Amino acid sequence: MALDEIKIGGLGASRKRVEDNRFIRGKGNYVDDVVLPGMLHMEILRSPLAHARIKSIDVSGAWAIPGVRLVLTGEMMAARNLAWMPTLSYDTQAVLATDKVRFQGQEVACVIADDPYVAKDGCEAIVVDYEPLPPIVNPTQAMAPDAPLIRDDKVNQVDNKVFDWEVGDKEGTDRAFAEADVVSEIDMHYPRSHPSPIEACGSIADFDRSTSKLTVYMTTQAPHIIRAAVSLVAEIPEHMIRIIAPDLGGGFGNKVPVYPGYVASILASILTERPVKWIEDKSGNLISTGFGRDVYLKGQVAMRNDGKILGVRMHTESDHGAFFSDAQPSKFKIGLMHSAFACYDIPNAHLTATGVYTNKAPGGVAYRCSFRVTEAMYFQERMIQAAADDLGMDQAEFRRVNLVRDDDFPHRTPFGFLTDSGQYEKCLDIGLEAIGYADFKQEQEEARKRGRLLGIGISTMTEPLGAGNSREYDILGIKMFDSAELRVHMTGKAILRTGAKTQGQGHETTWAQIVAHELGIPADDIVVEEGDTDTAPFGMGTYASRSTPVAGAAVAMVSRKIRAKARKIAAHLLEVSEEDVEWELGRFYVRGAQDRGVSIQECAMAAYSNVPDGMEPGLENNAYYDPPNLTWPFACYIAKVEVDPETGVWDVLKMVAVDDCGVRINPMIVEGQIMGGLTEAYAMANMQFITFDEDGNCIGSNYMDYLLPTAWETPGFELHEVVTPCPHHPIGAKGIGECATVGGPAAFVNAVMDALKHTGVRNIDMPLLPDRVYGALTTGSDISGMPPVKTEA
Amino acid sequence: MTLFEEVPVTTTDEIPVRRVEMRVNGETRAANIEPRLLLAHLLRNGLQLTGTHTGCDTTNCGACTVLFDGQPVKSCTVFAVQADGHDITTVEGLATASELHPIQEGFKDEHGLQCGFCTPGMMLSAKALLDENPNPTEDDVRWALSGNLCRCTGYQNIVKAVLWAAEKLRHDAPADAPADDGGEA
Ligand code: FES
Ligand code: FES
Repeated sequence: MALDEIKIGGLGASRKRVEDNRFIRGKGNYVDDVVLPGMLHMEILRSPLAHARIKSIDVSGAWAIPGVRLVLTGEMMAARNLAWMPTLSYDTQAVLATDKVRFQGQEVACVIADDPYVAKDGCEAIVVDYEPLPPIVNPTQAMAPDAPLIRDDKVNQVDNKVFDWEVGDKEGTDRAFAEADVVSEIDMHYPRSHPSPIEACGSIADFDRSTSKLTVYMTTQAPHIIRAAVSLVAEIPEHMIRIIAPDLGGGFGNKVPVYPGYVASILASILTERPVKWIEDKSGNLISTGFGRDVYLKGQVAMRNDGKILGVRMHTESDHGAFFSDAQPSKFKIGLMHSAFACYDIPNAHLTATGVYTNKAPGGVAYRCSFRVTEAMYFQERMIQAAADDLGMDQAEFRRVNLVRDDDFPHRTPFGFLTDSGQYEKCLDIGLEAIGYADFKQEQEEARKRGRLLGIGISTMTEPLGAGNSREYDILGIKMFDSAELRVHMTGKAILRTGAKTQGQGHETTWAQIVAHELGIPADDIVVEEGDTDTAPFGMGTYASRSTPVAGAAVAMVSRKIRAKARKIAAHLLEVSEEDVEWELGRFYVRGAQDRGVSIQECAMAAYSNVPDGMEPGLENNAYYDPPNLTWPFACYIAKVEVDPETGVWDVLKMVAVDDCGVRINPMIVEGQIMGGLTEAYAMANMQFITFDEDGNCIGSNYMDYLLPTAWETPGFELHEVVTPCPHHPIGAKGIGECATVGGPAAFVNAVMDALKHTGVRNIDMPLLPDRVYGALTTGSDISGMPPVKTEA
Repeated sequence: MTLFEEVPVTTTDEIPVRRVEMRVNGETRAANIEPRLLLAHLLRNGLQLTGTHTGCDTTNCGACTVLFDGQPVKSCTVFAVQADGHDITTVEGLATASELHPIQEGFKDEHGLQCGFCTPGMMLSAKALLDENPNPTEDDVRWALSGNLCRCTGYQNIVKAVLWAAEKLRHDAPADAPADDGGEA
């Protein structure tokens, strides 16, 4: 008899998480929990200024402090060719500043001491003499003809531009606009935000002179890319580098890039011949590591009077900070911004993008999203709402007219992606029903008469999750596929390793469920390991919702290879030919004689004790999975809000999420991901942003200025499920970890704008702080989030 | 007596040392420490109780929450010397050798954690709440946890976990135990 899949913790089981057993006991093993014998501690001295020339650095004060073992400066790094390092986007980034500092918080020197407190004392004792230079805090300023050159370190860099890039059909789009009945235009800013996992970054570098081996414990979501990068930067052979990503206290894209602190701790360990631990503090994390967003949009939609969209134009200006260190596929300069409008049937689209350097922290990481998809979908859904309003059409109806139909897959998107599957209208209908849309217009009208401002905001979107395929997606030329390696022991228990790296997504639980589904080995009999480059197969890591689409697929594929071998063993044990062997969950049996069978565990035992002649013993294998396409989950998020006209404060009355991420491996974990994502969406719409004053001082360098929602203000969420299996994924799954963060913000903002519609206000830039909403309400004008620029007094 | 008495400047190699003694998870521990040492660092580095995490050092995230004489405090903002003679409970003190605390069970059962970094602090804030108020409403829970940030879960399942634990604790409590009305002290 086949096993009961849910009972063995297979596909669809809301299996309780195995990693929780250590976390709830306080026995997680995060990087700061790792202690090595003789370990020293490193602290970083950062620049207080956004833009300044370094005239001198006096480190003698630090050396005078007992317990200080080493002081590193840019000059010392330069002597070893380590003052600059390559970024993940073919630019360079200073490890420790030599010539200039280019953003507030930039790394200037490091002190290595017996104790972290003493290392901090050492940093305090360093004297740096700066000559301030004019700071640049936004793209307009950066592109002004007389703007000071930020990257004067680069030959051939004549201005502050990073790139100009375009995609789409310009002529076709121009024609569509010429033929349109109505053209809707809207400009907006997606503010700079920081992923801000509660655990900041850190590393422990341990160089062993006797073996020449470098081991680095590191907060990284992509240990194998880091190994390659360290090998290139530090000129250490790749097999002599072992990167271990222990438990990560969240990542959200922040822990993808290579940071100066990692490199400095490695050099410090080589020079001191002792392990060196660097644990970043929160402020260091917020002001210097990979931010997300910071993109300005000029958007245009061309429509017919009946609501049909004929074309869209987008122009983005993105602020990359002082170094172009975005973590994204190398072909696409502004990430997957051109995935915008993928869920709509639009014949023409054209996108132009300009990226600039500013005196702000570098990064541009995929903050809980698949490479700028968050900006793409926010812009899309805000443009859709403005277009519906300009046309005078109901926002739900306008979407219905333009959404791709169920029988239209695979569908070529306006910018050329191929979406795989979906039931868009069904999701929209479920969402509208759940929020009570049918009666809302009347409710809103009546409330308005009594001075109450209600609004509903819709966001529908599909997004590309799970890069590659490797033809189109690479980082620094390294192709984006992923891997899994499965060893089944003789007693039928197993160990699985993948090239991904969990940061809370629950891989230790869910990967075992995929194996259980494919092999019938109970999930409890499978241990999952990730993050150690000496033992895990090569993979590109976990970000951009790529784990389930890519590594998860590799887990299914390697399990199938194991099953294929086990089938041969089963035929041998059952003394029939392989063609006469049938499979049901957990066992093989003889066709026509279902009671004559062997379990997968019996096959495992035979693999080590009784293999057929000519067969290699053992039962292990690996699989490298190069996805044929991205996976395209769909979501419909609908928020209902009330705005207080007296204060500009808005409350979420109800939030409905309808997600179709294909087959759900572990529904409990999927829902956890959706709720976490919705909370970050709410955060960005409501309070969470990093801005800069006119001098380039970072406003948002700690949790008093950078507001994250607590349990108190976070609304409750109502979740709904639709399942359209992904046609090209081995188990039909699509990515999900980021959908809500990507699609959610527009739902909240559209809801507030709907509540304010009668005032004529068309846009308030996020976050919708009370003073911005109140300002819009009282003046009837749009509110821009552009940072202030210093003008001559 | 004057308010201020000038003393010789201390050079860094003669940092004053204070002896502290406190009960940590029911066991008396003593240490010689620098007065500037934070309680979070004494617990983590001195006593190897690494379940207490530090996320911000500025009293905002609550990852470092421990119970100080039963009250939740953020140990990143308490000097270790302030804990001298007091009673500290960390996450390691929640479970007994054989049994998890119902709050721990609740967090696992209701999927109240993802990366687990905020979890120890969350559970201790929850314990302080349930010790005072065994029958909290959802709002009571949300308010009690509002000093603890979580970036992963969106809180909904954390709230469920605490309510789950409250229910279990009420159920497990011996029927004849004196009722605690959870009212104001
Ligand atoms: S580390 Fe203590 S509150 Fe954040
Ligand atoms: S579970 Fe990750 S911060 Fe709460």
